[in-house]
Amino acid sequence: MTGLVVLVTGVTRFLGSALAGRLAEHPAVDRVIGVDAALPEPAARSRMGAADFARVDIRNPLVARVIEAAGVDTVVHASASSTPASSAARSMAKEMNVLGTMQLLAACQRSESVRNLIVRSTSAVYGASPRDPAIFTEEMSARSVPPSGTGRDAIDIEAYVRGFGRRRPDVRIAVPRLAEVIGPTVVTPLTRYFALSPAVPMVLGRDARLQLVHEMDAVGVLEHLALGGFSGTVNVAGDGAIMLAQAIHRAGRVPLPVPSPALDGLSRAVSTLRLGGFSPSQVKLLSAGRMMDTSRLRSEVGFHPRFSTVEAFDDFASTLRPVLAPATVRRIEVRIAGTLGTAALPDGSAANLRTGAVDVIDALPDPFSSPGEVGDGQRPAGDEQPTGRPRLVGITGDAAGTPRRRRSR
Amino acid sequence: MASTDVPAGRRGPTPPADAERPDLPAPPSTQPAQRDDHPPAPIETGWKRSLAGSLAFVRRRMTGDYEVDDFGYDPDFTDHVVEPPLRLLYEKWFRIEALGLENIADTGGALLVANHSGTIAIDALMAAVAVREHHPQHRALRMLGADLIFQTPFLGPIIRKTGSTLACNPDAERLLSTGELVSVFPEGFKGVGKPYSQRYKLQRFGRGGFVTAALKTGVPIIPVSIVGAEEIYPLIGNIKPLARALGFPYFPVTPTFPLLGPLGAIPLPSKWIIEFGEPIPTDIYPEHAAEDPMVVFNLTDRVRETIQQTLYRLLLRRGHPFLG
Repeated sequence: MTGLVVLVTGVTRFLGSALAGRLAEHPAVDRVIGVDAALPEPAARSRMGAADFARVDIRNPLVARVIEAAGVDTVVHASASSTPASSAARSMAKEMNVLGTMQLLAACQRSESVRNLIVRSTSAVYGASPRDPAIFTEEMSARSVPPSGTGRDAIDIEAYVRGFGRRRPDVRIAVPRLAEVIGPTVVTPLTRYFALSPAVPMVLGRDARLQLVHEMDAVGVLEHLALGGFSGTVNVAGDGAIMLAQAIHRAGRVPLPVPSPALDGLSRAVSTLRLGGFSPSQVKLLSAGRMMDTSRLRSEVGFHPRFSTVEAFDDFASTLRPVLAPATVRRIEVRIAGTLGTAALPDGSAANLRTGAVDVIDALPDPFSSPGEVGDGQRPAGDEQPTGRPRLVGITGDAAGTPRRRRSR
Repeated sequence: MASTDVPAGRRGPTPPADAERPDLPAPPSTQPAQRDDHPPAPIETGWKRSLAGSLAFVRRRMTGDYEVDDFGYDPDFTDHVVEPPLRLLYEKWFRIEALGLENIADTGGALLVANHSGTIAIDALMAAVAVREHHPQHRALRMLGADLIFQTPFLGPIIRKTGSTLACNPDAERLLSTGELVSVFPEGFKGVGKPYSQRYKLQRFGRGGFVTAALKTGVPIIPVSIVGAEEIYPLIGNIKPLARALGFPYFPVTPTFPLLGPLGAIPLPSKWIIEFGEPIPTDIYPEHAAEDPMVVFNLTDRVRETIQQTLYRLLLRRGHPFLG
């Protein structure tokens, strides 16, 4: 038996279950045990594929027995620092994140067999304030430590992991700091936020840079770290940035600038009128931009995300029904131009002409699932199906940009 | 006969054929384009063309079809929203003369170090317009600004979209090492908020952080001297309690502000000269020169002296502050 035995936490969530499934298919891995406090839904279970499931709360010492009994040598704590799916789950999340990690680390410290530890962290450890540099490298730390929330928890978790590293120097530890995960399958506060319709609130007078990582890239990097030899902290994000307002527009929605003090009132009004709901703190969080330097991910870890930030967002946005589709905007433009006695310019994006971004998207092989697959349920295990056309959609709503390129000269 | 993407003027009748641009596809237009009998007539069609351009810009904003870099620099927004009014200010109001633009290379990073004045930092924007509009390569100038700017609602995001970022070494070095032109104003608020009586007297040049950034990345330092910005809002007083209450570094009193209210926000039309000096190379120093405080202080002083001397020379050349 030379293969690895991997324990993956948080398999009720997308990231954990998809990772467990991927690892279970890997030839270097003998056995994958997915653990979580709750039973995974059928969709998550099918994503897990050949991986085993053990219903263990990581806050319970029982997890040490699982590690011992199976001879686990690689622990991937994929549920650490995961964003709670709803704001109601927030206090629960702290419990799970911080205390769960402490217990899991305690179990790992006892274990003779554990050799590799991967603990997921988040870009929130850097905080975000106007006094911070525009781009964070792994060596930087938050200038304004958030008093509570995901960022605070993640900072605590990383501190515990460092403590563990001092006590068990023989264990390889990798801590990926993931940007906000987005994609057609994951459900996070961010995806709920962009799914608000028709208008998406944002703080008046603010617009921030967002950096995103596609869900499949997030799974890929965790797999890469679990099987690779990298130890240390690494930033994980897709290339480039997207502005918050730009993202809202790309999702076919209308940004609704709200003065920051009025957000709470609006949130309450919206939820009492049953028009949906959003978390004011989420909106405020998004008003401070944050970008990470991902050169270490490429050079030292050797992982290259397949999706840039904008591509990851577009992949997610293709699952939403646009309120204001690009074609509608184009029609209105042509109509106004006609009324005013001029002709609308050809519909070629200056940005795309300059960089040839369309060609990149066009050429990108789609390793993932087929188009139109939205829900959790239908995604088959492994996500390895060869596919038809790429799911990426150009801004005009056409598939992958070819019409735009033709028109562009 | 195809219509072209050049909307025609209203005067001439339609000539039979269009020989100049046969290969252009027809735009999806509801308007049948007319032809002009004098083909090069951009003045006639200028407003229509710019109107179509504006509409296309609005469409790109509405669909999110633009790109920003990691710092949030949004060239599309800068070119179409920020630049036009600044260009007007540059050419018509301040009648700016830009000298020594040939000292800025066509490619590669360089650190532009300039004096700072004028109560409101319009000089930084004007220097950027000079490089953007009048340099043969139309290069973008990435400004480094104080954190106060980025904290301010509305202003902060806009300034970021123009390519500015926080004045800190990590950001400056990152921009410089990727071959960008970076401008820095080491006097900071001490320079912008100094009283009119001290005009054209350089203040302390920070702690030399900008020199370290240039040394570390090995890019040349280009001293920039700006004459004219001191007179736009002559600062004759500073209401300190009000500044403290509002969290500003100073609360300006000028001959027109706050006396005339919003009218006081109109800058006086002084005559400006911006001179880009000869580059000071930094790659001639040994590898760890950035850690040697003596090298840093000497270079800082050298840059400061160069700018100060150039300012005196330019002041003589300009003559009257408003008539030039």
